[in-house]
Amino acid sequence: MQRLFVCALTVGAALAATSAADAQTPKRGGILNFGVVAEPPNYDCHGSTTFALVHPIAPHYSLLVKFDGKDYPKVVPDLAESWTVAPDGMTYTFKIRIGVKFHDGSPLTADDIKASYDRIIDPPQGVISIRKAYYADLLVEAPNPTSVVFKLKNPMAGVLEALASPFNCIYSAKKLQENPRYPETQIMGSGAFTFVEHVKGSSWEGKRFEGYFQQGKPLLDGFKIFFVKSGAVVPGILGGQFDAEFRGRNPSERGQLLDKMKDNLTVHEGTWVNNLMLVFNTTRKPFDDIKVRQALSMAIDRWGGSEALSRISILKFVGGVMRPGYAMSLPEAELVKLPGYAKDINKSRDDARKLLEAAGLKDFKFKLLNRNIPEPYTPAGVYSIDQWRRIGVAVEHEQLETKLYQDRVANGDFDVAVEFQADFMDDPTAQFSKFLTKKTSPSGYSGHTDSKIDEMYIKQRQTMDVAERTKLVREMERYSLTQAYSVPILWWQRIIAYNKKIKGWHMTPSHYLWQDLTEVWLDQ
Amino acid sequence: MLWYVIRRLLLVIPTLAGVAVAVFFLIRVMPGDVVVVKLRADGADVSEETIRAERKRLGLDKPLYVQFSDYMVGLAHLDLGKSLWTGDSVNKEIAIRVPVSFQIAVMASIIAVLIAIPLGTVSALYRDTWIDHSVRVLAVSGLAIPSFWLGMLIILMLLMMFNWLPKIGYVSIFEDPIANLSVTIWPAVSVGYRYAAVATRMMRSALLEVMREDYIRTARAKGVWMRLIMRRHALRNALLPVVTVIGLEFAFLIGGLVVTEQVFNINGIGKLFVDATTRGDFNLIQGLVLFIATMFIFVNLIVDLLYAWLDPRIRLS
Repeated sequence: MQRLFVCALTVGAALAATSAADAQTPKRGGILNFGVVAEPPNYDCHGSTTFALVHPIAPHYSLLVKFDGKDYPKVVPDLAESWTVAPDGMTYTFKIRIGVKFHDGSPLTADDIKASYDRIIDPPQGVISIRKAYYADLLVEAPNPTSVVFKLKNPMAGVLEALASPFNCIYSAKKLQENPRYPETQIMGSGAFTFVEHVKGSSWEGKRFEGYFQQGKPLLDGFKIFFVKSGAVVPGILGGQFDAEFRGRNPSERGQLLDKMKDNLTVHEGTWVNNLMLVFNTTRKPFDDIKVRQALSMAIDRWGGSEALSRISILKFVGGVMRPGYAMSLPEAELVKLPGYAKDINKSRDDARKLLEAAGLKDFKFKLLNRNIPEPYTPAGVYSIDQWRRIGVAVEHEQLETKLYQDRVANGDFDVAVEFQADFMDDPTAQFSKFLTKKTSPSGYSGHTDSKIDEMYIKQRQTMDVAERTKLVREMERYSLTQAYSVPILWWQRIIAYNKKIKGWHMTPSHYLWQDLTEVWLDQ
Repeated sequence: MLWYVIRRLLLVIPTLAGVAVAVFFLIRVMPGDVVVVKLRADGADVSEETIRAERKRLGLDKPLYVQFSDYMVGLAHLDLGKSLWTGDSVNKEIAIRVPVSFQIAVMASIIAVLIAIPLGTVSALYRDTWIDHSVRVLAVSGLAIPSFWLGMLIILMLLMMFNWLPKIGYVSIFEDPIANLSVTIWPAVSVGYRYAAVATRMMRSALLEVMREDYIRTARAKGVWMRLIMRRHALRNALLPVVTVIGLEFAFLIGGLVVTEQVFNINGIGKLFVDATTRGDFNLIQGLVLFIATMFIFVNLIVDLLYAWLDPRIRLS
């Protein structure tokens, strides 16, 4: 306890020091060394879903607009200088900066933005665009070199946020015309850093782009990434090999770093747009019965688990489908009324036992399918099994490597699975994908056919009024958690710990954002 | 001798063809899909249409016999195909990792030979004395302690005692020998110790057996100096099984440093193998298996040739 208190004090001191440092005058120069715990398969943003691509590649590319790291989820200009939205919300017109150059010296115009978005929305043969369906309602036009117009075929909420995706890199139209697949193997953007070298399996380097459109930026001379296994991050920082890792560490690693580095460490902590959830396979009996699903959700003490698990893993926050604290999420007072979220766990478990009895289940046994990744999958699986044991349900934990796990989940070959939800933003259109039917969402792994959720989903996506949309989202959240086809266990805590000399980096709830390094500097 | 070498080299072709066929079909029995791992592992909501498009692009939608014939035709041209994960050629992916794995295997072998031959000899010569017991404890410890665990201890010791860690990343020994050795020496020591333990025990038991032979007894009865007996008669004969062990261990080390490479963050063949297997990158797995099989075949050939050098009675031809 005393140690925890000391840690908390140190974190507090570090956070205070960060605020003070932000007021300092940024210094120019130096190389930022940081670790990344995975390596991108190729360099094409449009065909990728992984942070392993974003962390090395974001510094090389510009986006049309981006999320503000200092004020998430505010969207701020990047290549777009400003924008206007038509009164009906169906047309977005962006004014593009003049004088922006690609790393090869060629000018960047509205045509490049149109070509990049056309590649995302309607990819040419041989090009993979992961988010093609997400942007299917958009039509892009470039009436002149400094204007890009996005017209909506159907009403769509959260357009700006969707356009701020870190995966929507802007490529050169001329190069795309020569070879639409050039982004897979070459880095040629207009970001703050030019590409120097990628040593496969080992490192990645970038250096300052002198022709970058933001005057005086970037502040760093360059950056170097070391691709390391997760377990090598703490030794790497302690040994001075690199100074940071920007995805997230667990509480134990934060403790190790604080113990050794004390005042030389800056720590950020907060919610993460990631959660672990239980997916009930409704195509199998008895999980087609709402009573069974609700009982299994109600047996889990999320509030107690939050306290216990947050000490040993990155699982921490109790929440529904939307991230706790996000503007559209259900307030706690409403959440606790839903099955599985009551604070009186004894009563909740009594009710769960009654529900199982009503479902005619005695000596109920099943298998929990999980990934064999220790953090945070194993604690989540072990904790859930222990909770179910308390209502007399015996569960076997089946942990498989990711490839085998995904094969089983995709084929519906499981009873209950521990699945995860992660995206670059909180928008409900992104966050609800795993709660829908398979007809609407490829990752509707629970296999339910309840079209009511799909209808609510489409309705909220098409509702542009924020207050009205919030109402719909909360209604959908209540309905999803009550039906319990899939239920969140806990949301993750994001802990970023790095050498104090790094300044100008801000933590957002997403590990995909704010990695362009334009404002990062070294106090040395 | 020359005919023997030529014959052995010609035998490499059907052996590798057999390995290629076996590995091609065996890995396809494994469940899991590289495309799903690649596109959905980070939780993204990727459509079936996109998955199908990527499978088509990688040629995974073709019938198995077409994939097999493409693979065999490529193999005939020494083209191992492209990695399904990165899209780069398998030859390139392997070539990037070979220098570091090869160097660590060579260094570990040197460490093992330097430790095993003198210690095994001393242990045999002073059988059942404290010297023998000490060497045996050392050897058994080497067998019992996993290399990766020793590696972790080495890392912790360097960090705790010197607040220092070897650099991440490989620099060629020809570019910067000091930086190179500061990275490679630690994994070489951690695997070299286990390797030395195996060879020490083999050396000891082989030497004990040779020392009981009639020709040694005769030489001793004739009053030949012990040092001369050891050098001329005992050591050369005792080395035959040791050479086999060292050869096989060397070939194993090229691709078998799986955990040790992870511990030291070495970008070698073992780490690549693990990554390829967990992702289901068939082409890369096939290439790696063929590469390692080739290493075993050539190391075995070298061991057989060394036999002839050590023991002229062995008529290879």
